[in-house]
Amino acid sequence: MSDRALFVVRAGALTTVQDRGRPGHAHLGVPRSGALDAPAAALVNRLVGNPADAAVLETTLDGCALRPRSDVTLAVGGAHCRVTVDGRPAAWGSPLRIRAGAVLEVGRAVTGVRAYVAVAGGIVVEPVLGSRSTDLLSGLGPPPLTDGAVLPLGGDRVPHARVDAAPQPAPPAELVLRVTLGPREDWFTPDAVRAFVSRAFQVSSASNRIGLRTEGPALERARGGELASEGMVLGAVQVPPAGRPVVFLADHPTTGGYPVIGVVRTADLAAAAQAAPGTPVRFVAVRRR
Amino acid sequence: MRVLSVGDDALLVEVASGAQAEALHAELLRRRAAGLLSAREIVPAARTVLLDGLTDPARLASELAASDVPPAPPREQAAVEIPVRYDGPDLAEVAAHWDVPQEEVARIHAAAEFRVAFCGFAPGFGYLTGLPARYDVPRRAAPRTAVPAGSVALAGPYTGVYPRTSPGGWQLIGSTEAVLWDHARVPAALLSPGTLVRFVPIGEMAPADPARATGTS
Repeated sequence: MSDRALFVVRAGALTTVQDRGRPGHAHLGVPRSGALDAPAAALVNRLVGNPADAAVLETTLDGCALRPRSDVTLAVGGAHCRVTVDGRPAAWGSPLRIRAGAVLEVGRAVTGVRAYVAVAGGIVVEPVLGSRSTDLLSGLGPPPLTDGAVLPLGGDRVPHARVDAAPQPAPPAELVLRVTLGPREDWFTPDAVRAFVSRAFQVSSASNRIGLRTEGPALERARGGELASEGMVLGAVQVPPAGRPVVFLADHPTTGGYPVIGVVRTADLAAAAQAAPGTPVRFVAVRRR
Repeated sequence: MRVLSVGDDALLVEVASGAQAEALHAELLRRRAAGLLSAREIVPAARTVLLDGLTDPARLASELAASDVPPAPPREQAAVEIPVRYDGPDLAEVAAHWDVPQEEVARIHAAAEFRVAFCGFAPGFGYLTGLPARYDVPRRAAPRTAVPAGSVALAGPYTGVYPRTSPGGWQLIGSTEAVLWDHARVPAALLSPGTLVRFVPIGEMAPADPARATGTS
């Protein structure tokens, strides 16, 4: 094997390979997938001189530890966390030059949930339908990282990064999601629709790459019966029978049978991906553009 | 036809029947292929077609609302044949629902011509219609935690084949070795919306045919 590779010393709770996903295959039941905090993934790629579609690592809450087999340039961004190289503090949000055999430790998230690690040349696992993203719903793409795994890297053709450091916002104390109502808000009582856009919810610890689950007031349906399965979009807020809204994130199913009360703006989903369990959530109704 | 807005750049078009949804899907694919429609995703479902990634959803919405669904064009493709052993654990239950002997389940099922109405649930999982309405069956009261890949199953008006081992609540009537999904293959999915499908019995339930009887049971 080429020495352009990363050895996984500590995989962390859930670390996956992600790029911009595989849109365009929903009619075959293939989720879109891709980095949940897409702006953060794009930024770490820029820091190491990668194109925006290069594959990066996405960690969940407790980071990961990696040992490159050759000298590499990499950058850590997304969730704020402590970064060390061989135990010595290193910069977060900046390109780092790391020698072969040194250990990069991406620490536990201090604020936010998901940190991103880009390596110059990108992670070059085998693409599936044009994407290297791990899709946890349908099992496409590489499996989540395990301790001892080895990830191949692309050629480091860019000697210097174009950005030295990049400020990234810390997640706000309250998650505010702009939402356009519909297509199935008429499945809920007027009181439930009002509660949805006025009451406070909280991010549930059951959230994952498929959906941001919430706790809060139960939204009551205006009608019984079942909705026939229909196509689902990124950001759709589905309400299962228990009445607690679920915001669909990148690995969401392509069709579903629970009514969608509203759709969150795509631009707000990066913040949703960084909202830790317990974070207050408000849905704010906005008009269609 | 009812057109509902979904977020900022998607539309959900609702029609009266599954057949109309299939016809509308075919028409939208035709328009996209002809360069008359720009949509990232066109996702048919039971009574709807979702259009996602639209540049001007408002204009398309009024255009669609003013038009009728043309009848589905005739299909010239040959049916995909899926060899199946009718040996599923729920065969007796389905036979009881249909009020026929177990062997009749295989005969009735294999005699129908199916069409993929839509996909979903898992990559390569098609919702196949084609059985007359009197053969609808309910889902199992308690879903199985692991349905083996290749299971041929029924629920409501649909037949489906599990592309990989997954949880599921459908009634299992048989099994196939056909590969429903292989991402190294082009196309990766054996079945996509609109595909015609026939199930060909093999093994014990196969019709008495000496050419097929050798080595299969």
